[in-house]
Amino acid sequence: MIALTIQSSTLAITAALTGIGLVALALWIAGLISPRSFNPQKGEAYECGIPTRGESMAQFKVGYYLFAILFLMFDVECVFLFPWAVSLRSLGTAGLLSVGVFFFILVLGLVYAWRKGALEWK
Amino acid sequence: MFDFSIITTWIDNLLRSFMPEWLTVVTECVLIGFVLLLAYSLLALFYIYFERKVCAAFQCRIGPNRVGPWGLLQSVADMFKILIKELISLKYTDKFLFALAPYLVILASMLTFAVLPWGNGLQIINFNIGIFFLIAVSSIGVLGILLAGWSSNNKFTLIGAMRSGAQMVSYELSIGLSVLTMVAFAGTMNIVEIVEAQDRLWFIFSGHLPALIAFVIYMIAGTAETNRGPFDLPEAESELTAGYHTEYSGIHFGFFYLAEYLNLFVVSGVATLLFFGGWMPLHFPGWDGFNEIMNYIPSIVWFIGKAVALSFIIIWFKWTFPRLRIDQMLSLEWKYLLPINLFNLVLMVLVIAYGWFI
Repeated sequence: MIALTIQSSTLAITAALTGIGLVALALWIAGLISPRSFNPQKGEAYECGIPTRGESMAQFKVGYYLFAILFLMFDVECVFLFPWAVSLRSLGTAGLLSVGVFFFILVLGLVYAWRKGALEWK
Repeated sequence: MFDFSIITTWIDNLLRSFMPEWLTVVTECVLIGFVLLLAYSLLALFYIYFERKVCAAFQCRIGPNRVGPWGLLQSVADMFKILIKELISLKYTDKFLFALAPYLVILASMLTFAVLPWGNGLQIINFNIGIFFLIAVSSIGVLGILLAGWSSNNKFTLIGAMRSGAQMVSYELSIGLSVLTMVAFAGTMNIVEIVEAQDRLWFIFSGHLPALIAFVIYMIAGTAETNRGPFDLPEAESELTAGYHTEYSGIHFGFFYLAEYLNLFVVSGVATLLFFGGWMPLHFPGWDGFNEIMNYIPSIVWFIGKAVALSFIIIWFKWTFPRLRIDQMLSLEWKYLLPINLFNLVLMVLVIAYGWFI
């Protein structure tokens, strides 16, 4: 399927459009053949048979945000390591040492978060 | 080894002989789209059947056996059934985001699906940063799940989405780092080059201990990434009804279901690509007769066979381990997998520097 003359980015857009097309097509077919009936009870949120109380788009545990922030930090650093990983063999000792310093700071960050108790689920 | 690019080049030349340049590109894109759609839906149907049969076998049941021979048409029947279910529109949802979420989930799985190496010359998207692109687009799926949970305006879905967000985001780190370890070993991010580098021996054999550790971590993180097995907290039936897709009905729900199975295939496909040589047959240096016989099995059979075998292991996890609690799940990632993974990366660098690999 490798069409040598087509740019990879064009193919990526093709794949993305295929995904969108699949959803749109299936929804269109379902809209044509599925039944419709109206009942005011149907529009209610699903909750154990009794009406929902209070707002559902509510505040939630701060722990989730904490892990999201930690993820952001480590993922960005992981992204920085990718180009180094590709050219690991050609960079030699100098590259290894400079990434070693970077890596040490990365581990230090994890140790700091751990000691501060950011990894505990309270 | 049969090279599939002979066929694609032939089609390319055929179209080019009677069409202008731009029309050829458009026609080929449309053709590729259709092939993708076909492969995507066929694999999804197969996977639903496969999972039900495997689950049945683990529980000493027969599984689907009424529709078609050995129940093979069961998932086709299910597909039609889900299409004729009513799409219920709810009163308090955020309409736009509610409709957008399935698009994002399917988009992410379709893009990752298109990057996989299907066979010798059967590679749709061939970026020079292929594996990096794969990790990048697979994280769009998290966005879809978070939107689905938030926009439904339901407490079950909100809790499910938050858990799913924390889980997928955390385990993405482990996937990224174990992929990084293998990229360091391969020295390239191009998928075709990674597969061809395993011509002599698969990376899991040639990569010494670090490749083995990276594989184990990848499998655990991949299971968590697809919300399966012991990590199915986002849709824990006994506590959250159906988690983030509680409010979706009919085919809307079907998209999440479809993406989940395709993500299972993609995760095992990437494991196949990085550790088991993609479409590369089993080769051992020195065993020339054996290698020659292995070459007779078509490359596409090798790829799908290995991916399905790895998916079987992931399905097996589900029936072996009890579900984790959220604090256990997060501490498994941040206190065990992440430090081990960082250590493993250093180990891999040592292995490469001293040339310990076979």
